[in-house]
Amino acid sequence: MAATLSPKVNLVDLSKADYRGATTTLCQGCGHNSITSQIISACYDLSITPEDIVKFSGIGCSSKAPTYFLSRAFGFNGVHGRMPSLATGALFADTSLTGIGMSGDGDSASIGMGQFKHVMRRNLPLVYIIANNGVYGLTKGQFSATAEEGLNLKGQGQNQYMPIDIVWEAVISHATFVARSFAGDPKQVRELLKAALSHRGIAVLDIISPCVTFNNQDDSHHSYAWGRDHEVALHDLSYVPVAEEIMVDYDDGEAKEVTMHDGSRIMLRKVDKDYDPTDRANILCMLEDANRRQELLTGLIYIDTEQESLFDMYNLPDEALNRLTPDRIRPSRESIDEINALMF
Amino acid sequence: MSTDPSPILTQASPQSVVNNFSITVGTENGSGSQTSNLTLLRAFFKMGIPVSGKNLFPSNIQGLPTWYTIRLSKDGYIARSDTTEIVIAMNAKTFARDLALVEPGGVFFYDDDIKQPIQRKDITVYPMPVKQISVASDAPSNLRSYVANMVYVGVLAQIIQIDVDKICQALEFHFKGKQKPIDLNFNVVKSAMEWAAENLKKSDPFSVAPMDATSEFIMSSGNTAGALGSIYGGIQFAAWYPITPASSLAESLNQYLPKLRKDPKTNKNTFAVVQAEDELAAIGMAIGAGWGGLRSLTSTSGPGISLMSEYAGLAYFAEVPIVVWNVQRMGPSTGLPTRTSQGDINLTYYLGHGDTKHVVLLPGSVNECFEFGWKAFDLAETFQTPVFVLSDLDLGMNQWMTPPFAYPDKPIERGKVLWEEDLDKLEDWGRYLDLDGDGIPYRTVPGNRHQRSGYFTRGTGHDDYANYSEEPDQWVNNMDRLNQKFELARTAVPDAELFPNDGAKIGVIAFGSVDPAVKEAQDLLLSEEIAVDYLRLRALPITAKVREFVRAHERVYVVEMNRDGQMHQILTIEIPDCAMSLISLPQNDGLPLTATWIENAILNKERN
Ligand SMILES: Cc1ncc(C[n+]2csc(CCOP(=O)(O)OP(=O)(O)O)c2C)c(N)n1
Ligand code: SF4
Ligand SMILES: [Mg+2]
Repeated sequence: MAATLSPKVNLVDLSKADYRGATTTLCQGCGHNSITSQIISACYDLSITPEDIVKFSGIGCSSKAPTYFLSRAFGFNGVHGRMPSLATGALFADTSLTGIGMSGDGDSASIGMGQFKHVMRRNLPLVYIIANNGVYGLTKGQFSATAEEGLNLKGQGQNQYMPIDIVWEAVISHATFVARSFAGDPKQVRELLKAALSHRGIAVLDIISPCVTFNNQDDSHHSYAWGRDHEVALHDLSYVPVAEEIMVDYDDGEAKEVTMHDGSRIMLRKVDKDYDPTDRANILCMLEDANRRQELLTGLIYIDTEQESLFDMYNLPDEALNRLTPDRIRPSRESIDEINALMF
Repeated sequence: MSTDPSPILTQASPQSVVNNFSITVGTENGSGSQTSNLTLLRAFFKMGIPVSGKNLFPSNIQGLPTWYTIRLSKDGYIARSDTTEIVIAMNAKTFARDLALVEPGGVFFYDDDIKQPIQRKDITVYPMPVKQISVASDAPSNLRSYVANMVYVGVLAQIIQIDVDKICQALEFHFKGKQKPIDLNFNVVKSAMEWAAENLKKSDPFSVAPMDATSEFIMSSGNTAGALGSIYGGIQFAAWYPITPASSLAESLNQYLPKLRKDPKTNKNTFAVVQAEDELAAIGMAIGAGWGGLRSLTSTSGPGISLMSEYAGLAYFAEVPIVVWNVQRMGPSTGLPTRTSQGDINLTYYLGHGDTKHVVLLPGSVNECFEFGWKAFDLAETFQTPVFVLSDLDLGMNQWMTPPFAYPDKPIERGKVLWEEDLDKLEDWGRYLDLDGDGIPYRTVPGNRHQRSGYFTRGTGHDDYANYSEEPDQWVNNMDRLNQKFELARTAVPDAELFPNDGAKIGVIAFGSVDPAVKEAQDLLLSEEIAVDYLRLRALPITAKVREFVRAHERVYVVEMNRDGQMHQILTIEIPDCAMSLISLPQNDGLPLTATWIENAILNKERN
């Protein structure tokens, strides 16, 4: 390549390097690293200005990940299991920002289950990623609540309890965008991320993200091998930004199109059988069937683009609340007499 | 100290007692007596008589006994009184106990439906035909038990001569001008008055008479005042979870924010209030918003504070401004959730693991709840730290006469926040870089689009630029800087207030809702020839003035409502050279402290 060529840039004149973060300190091969790369790619591809993103996380290896992408964006690494509340308060400050929350299966399905469920019903605009590895990585390999019954782990014995299904929980808590993916399927992760970034409301991505150190044996449901062998994609998904034409020609009935709030589209090309991700009632049966067949069902499982987002419910001004000048947040001097008169 | 306000005496008798007695009403929780009790309180207030009212209620929605005490004091003492001269007994279950409460020479009103022996000969007894009068009223049967309580308002009004117009005013206020309930209740009051005029012969010495001692006051509660103060302080975000006795603070935000904080041009809200799923989430949201550059608040009580501990520690360490109201109730555990206490001083001051300590404001009146409502935000944002406001159930939930709320006398102080144009001018900026040498760094907030604005907030060790660090020196330096900020805050918090007495060698330190009882105790002690200086703490950490006060007195009694003398502990730690002269006087039984308790406690120590 000629030395004079400038690095490749996107529509906002940024190179991929502008989307990177600090060097990862996670284990080599950890699924969380591959999710991190796809976040960088998705934001780069969508030409998002890093300052328009705010990152949030709880505690865990997965929750460390926000340090490793978009170092120009603001970020807040909160306490274990309480990322959703942090994001809720922070995003009220400037609702034009896009939030990315990074969590783990321990962070969201155990200690943070309450906040996980409640942020769904509030429909906070947030890309909520759960890097799901079936273990507590950071505390060295204990079972998490998503570990399958019967899983054997070194030093932990056999898991006796039934697993929590994050997708299932999200759907019944009225999440408006629910997807499952696999860190070993980077293209799908990236396309889902792009779609999630355009969703106005809570977008839950349950991404199976193997912990190579504590839970990657071939028969574990959160390993690379198991994922590769058992992944069944519901559709071949591609995201089409607002300004772009759809380049591929689909045959009639072959693809389903979902239009997002901002006008962008998700094209869902049929793989095996028809799947309608707007049909909420059908989801639980489908997940149950897939579980019985030991399939790792991936793709966009549910979407509702109509539901009001949290911020639509608050009659907020057009400008950011955190930019309101003091004169706009302190009532007038005259009003104090009226207030005193309202007392007895 | 009293100068008689020369009331118009209608019943001149040598023993007549005018505007200087207490009334206790014993009813059943949930029977609607609150309307009657507040009506009495407000009527006295509008008659110009200094008055206080305290609801001593059980943790129950309906059925358990509940009491309301009203103290009238021509001399302006508004603390709870130990004695009660007039008792109104509406609850058969507590009849005997209520009868025993009456001071000798006092008065006992009772619902004549209660058939229980009355053997006392040292008091005046008036039966009230409650059922008869309420049935005769045109009240629909489902409201009858509510209006039944208006019977005692009417009978009492007749016997002690409460101004009927003032009762009417109180009802108009209570029912927000809605004519139907006003008329319904007022008619019962009137028929009860008529019945009493015809059937009861006044044979007791107690009466009320108009004064002019309340026209400079309003009547409100600490929680309403705290909410309003926050609104005038520019609150932009609140998250909360219901808990007695704090709920009405957030509910008052919901009530007054739409009135006061809609943008006049666009009609948009300049605020957001979220009812969270629990206190863990409430403080998480508040911290997110504070970090995001909003004036942010959460309000709770002890149990909620316990849950907030981890996040409060993070906010301290990560330097996030938030305001946390702790309207204290009696603990530990669920404790006595509807009773008052000052038992969370240590918990709040040191909330969090590791080396944490917080700025804590200690309002001593309803009016000060308003003042600290707005000041707390200025302090939190100036020092980039959580600021706690410690109120309590008595202050928060009871109606108090208080000076009118004063418009903030200082502009909003948002502290060191950098926007795009500021960063353009600054070459070297790091989130935790102490550019000014005062320990307070500059912060940016999300939404700032400058390329150097973003940083990563974390609970882990970090360097001046917010990068992860486990360097021992960096850790120590950072913690020292937090301490430097804390020491600076010591000079900026509301200073203690001194109430001196000539020639006093001993002092009292107290804070919060016990203030009126301490001031009254000062007068009582003076009549025993013991002069006491009183210093009212208004904040933690303590200021230089507090140290000087302690050093300048031979003995200093620390009066507070908890078992272990928590403020006394803090003072002995902070003024170790005077530890021996600080004497703890704690009392914690769930009831607001009285002047006579304080007087006796000090007399006991002084005379032994
Ligand atoms: C209140 C609290 N309890 C326990 C811990 C210890 N802890 C740190 S990370 C973690 C589990 C993380 O698991 P997960 O969210 O699945 O993240 P992973 O490391 O697997 O990515 C625990 C229990 C903590 N930090 N805080
Ligand atoms: S321990 Fe597991 S989860 Fe943590 S970084 Fe290593 S591979 Fe990833
Ligand atoms: Mg995990």
